Amino acid sequence: MSAPLLQVGALFKRFGGFTALAAVSFDVPAGQRLGIIGPNGSGKTTLINCICGTLRHDNGSVRLSGVDVSALPTYRRTRLGLARSFQIPRPFYSMSVAQNIAVALEYGVGRRRVHASAARKEGLTVLDRLGLTAKANADVGSLTQVDLRRLELARALATQPRLLILDEVMAGLSSVEVDDMLETLASLNREGITIVMIEHIMRAIMGFSQRVICLDAGSIVADGEPAAVINSAIVQKIYLGG
Amino acid sequence: MSLELLVEAVVSGILLGGFYAAVSLGLSVAFGLLDVPHIAHPTLLVVGAYATYALAQLGIDPIAAGFMLMPAFFVIGVGLYRFYHALFERRGGDIALRGLAFFFGIAFIIEVVLILVFGVDQRLVEAAYIGSSVQLAGLQMPSRMLIAFALAGLLTLLLSTYLSRTFTGRAIKAVAQDQTALALMGADPVRIKQSAFGIATATCAIAGALLIIVGPVEPGMGRLYIGGTFCVAVLAGLGSMKGTLLAGLILGITESLVLTSLGTSWAPAVSFGLLLVVLAIRPSGLFGR
Amino acid sequence: MRNWSRFLIGATLSVLLALGLTRFVGNEYFFFATYVVLQFIVLATAWNILGGYGGYVNFGASAFFAVGAYCAVALTQSYALALPLQILAAALVTGLLGFAVGALTLRLRGIYFSIATVAVAVICETVIMNWSFVGGARGTTVLQPAAPAFFSSYTRLLFFVMALLALLAVAFARFVETSWIGRGLRAIRDNEEAAESVGVPTLKLKLFAATASGALMGAAGAPFALYMNFIEPTSAFSLNYSVSALAMPLIGGSANWLGPVIGAILLAGTQQIVTVTISSELNVLIVGLLLVVFVVAAPHGILGLWHKLVARGGQRP
Repeated sequence: MSAPLLQVGALFKRFGGFTALAAVSFDVPAGQRLGIIGPNGSGKTTLINCICGTLRHDNGSVRLSGVDVSALPTYRRTRLGLARSFQIPRPFYSMSVAQNIAVALEYGVGRRRVHASAARKEGLTVLDRLGLTAKANADVGSLTQVDLRRLELARALATQPRLLILDEVMAGLSSVEVDDMLETLASLNREGITIVMIEHIMRAIMGFSQRVICLDAGSIVADGEPAAVINSAIVQKIYLGG
Repeated sequence: MSLELLVEAVVSGILLGGFYAAVSLGLSVAFGLLDVPHIAHPTLLVVGAYATYALAQLGIDPIAAGFMLMPAFFVIGVGLYRFYHALFERRGGDIALRGLAFFFGIAFIIEVVLILVFGVDQRLVEAAYIGSSVQLAGLQMPSRMLIAFALAGLLTLLLSTYLSRTFTGRAIKAVAQDQTALALMGADPVRIKQSAFGIATATCAIAGALLIIVGPVEPGMGRLYIGGTFCVAVLAGLGSMKGTLLAGLILGITESLVLTSLGTSWAPAVSFGLLLVVLAIRPSGLFGR
Repeated sequence: MRNWSRFLIGATLSVLLALGLTRFVGNEYFFFATYVVLQFIVLATAWNILGGYGGYVNFGASAFFAVGAYCAVALTQSYALALPLQILAAALVTGLLGFAVGALTLRLRGIYFSIATVAVAVICETVIMNWSFVGGARGTTVLQPAAPAFFSSYTRLLFFVMALLALLAVAFARFVETSWIGRGLRAIRDNEEAAESVGVPTLKLKLFAATASGALMGAAGAPFALYMNFIEPTSAFSLNYSVSALAMPLIGGSANWLGPVIGAILLAGTQQIVTVTISSELNVLIVGLLLVVFVVAAPHGILGLWHKLVARGGQRP
């Protein structure tokens, strides 16, 4: 029996006197679509940062397919198949869209000497998926907010992840665009990519997730079927202040 | 080292430390709280010193001159921040590279302008308290260092009270933590940062006056103070005023001890050496968040 | 590949040209002045590897330059090492220095690295001031050996050596820029967290750049004492080196290997011509003003302006 793809074990993170994560534990089996919700400041982004290695957690463990990656720098975790998007898109501003993808292709898997034409083809596939083909040679500075979010996702995909962690990738999108994005994500998931999604848009969470976790003040307060989590007394209380 | 010498070194180190804290307070605000790579801060100190010198030529007491210069320095600071914000913070991109180069260039220009206006010779001011010294508990203490120490304490107290008690002060602290949250509260982060930078620059007026009271100044002095001021600001932790005072004392005592045991030719290396040690061991500072 | 062969042809021609110049130019001052320009090409190109490509600002180029120079002096005085070995040893020591400063501060935000480089400059200068073996604060005289048969003066030999170093530096920078290392560094400069998250080993690349950059700066400084016949700390650690090393790439254009070369030729060239006629303070002021003007108004330097011009010209039918 193989280990779950992602195992988060009793994760603690403090900033000075403030505890951002208090003993957060959960497993994500391969292939799952997990949604994470919670009010602002509940520790969602800190959780992602700790899983990806952007921040070092104080205590606890992060395992990928059973391997403890707690001591590994972010880029090593990426090469093990863990990709993320940032809440505020962080493109490489001095590069074109295609060059952004090229960096991820070149470094993401830890095999720099990919054949140039193969890499270009892979890059085009990724751009095509996100509908960015026409803008491949555009400067990043000229992109719209929607395209920046697509680029953020495309660049993460180019590292060929097994696990994709998305930090509010749909914020600011119109409802049609949200549907588009959900469709793309669903097809990625069908191809075997496990997806963890942080999102405020309830419609996206409910339509996409097989399972939802709710964070509040650095702890998991609910974990289970989307409908059950949303309707649980504690989540209702947090969101409606009741 | 005899005990007597040691005590003397520590006492003069404490006084020196107060002075270091005074010249670093502005940087603690600008770099520690606002995250501006303000490498020109020490040069503004030297500007404060020369402005004090100019006023002292008219017969104004140096300390009074320092206080008189504060409003003008506040305005300069606001202007400088607006310029920096419009050019770098708002544009995004590689702020780190260009912002640093910008402040470095500014420092450089100021230095040369000082040379062209005042010449390369050392300048000093005269006042009754500058040459005199006070006998305290069997120790000879120069009054100018006592004044520097007292003013440093006063400035620290004023700034930390301002930051924790007034609305703007608390907003400045908040802007360091979370810009969006502040914007949600209805305060404009840019305006807040602009007045904070103004205050940081205003402290350079007083600190500059202290600089020329403590010893003669020359245009290129700013560079040497990069070590001292950044050492104190980093050691203090990001933006803590009381931390700044304590960090200043640590630097002052260390430097005084090294000078007494190794000689003055090693003086410039002390603050920079301590800075490297701090960066290696505890870059978040003693009181970091 | 075609680009590389063109570059190689250009490089070979430059070497032959430099050699030819030492034979056929009579004016000794020409070599004296051109040496300085070449030295700044090395310095600016070296700075740009970490600063321009990776976005980490080194304020202490003078430290690497002077430590390289003093390294050569110390080795000559104790072992009478040959010039190429002096340069190699200087590069080794300053490369290590670059690595050490990098290891200490490159984990932190960029400004900490910058301040640390200022610190290294002051500390190194203080150490040299107190080191009597290399003359301390008073400095020491270094005699030029007899010039080898081919060169009619030692300054001509130094000119040729510096030309080779400049070529080596530019070729290395060009290699870095066009390789995966350069693409990684560029990603770091644009957004370090994003770079790390797509698999760029940011710390390793930065350390590599800091080491290489430091080594080249030290190599640029190694022949300094021989060139001057004399060395003392204040002029070896002159702020002018630190400022120029940073201003030249930013003025020329820091994204491309050609930028530092253009900046160095323009600035150092003008300085060589103008220093005689205007005061050195004014000279320094001009560099400072140019730096600020370019950083503010033309962030991509002369090369950026040129590309803009070409693009605009191309759009017009």
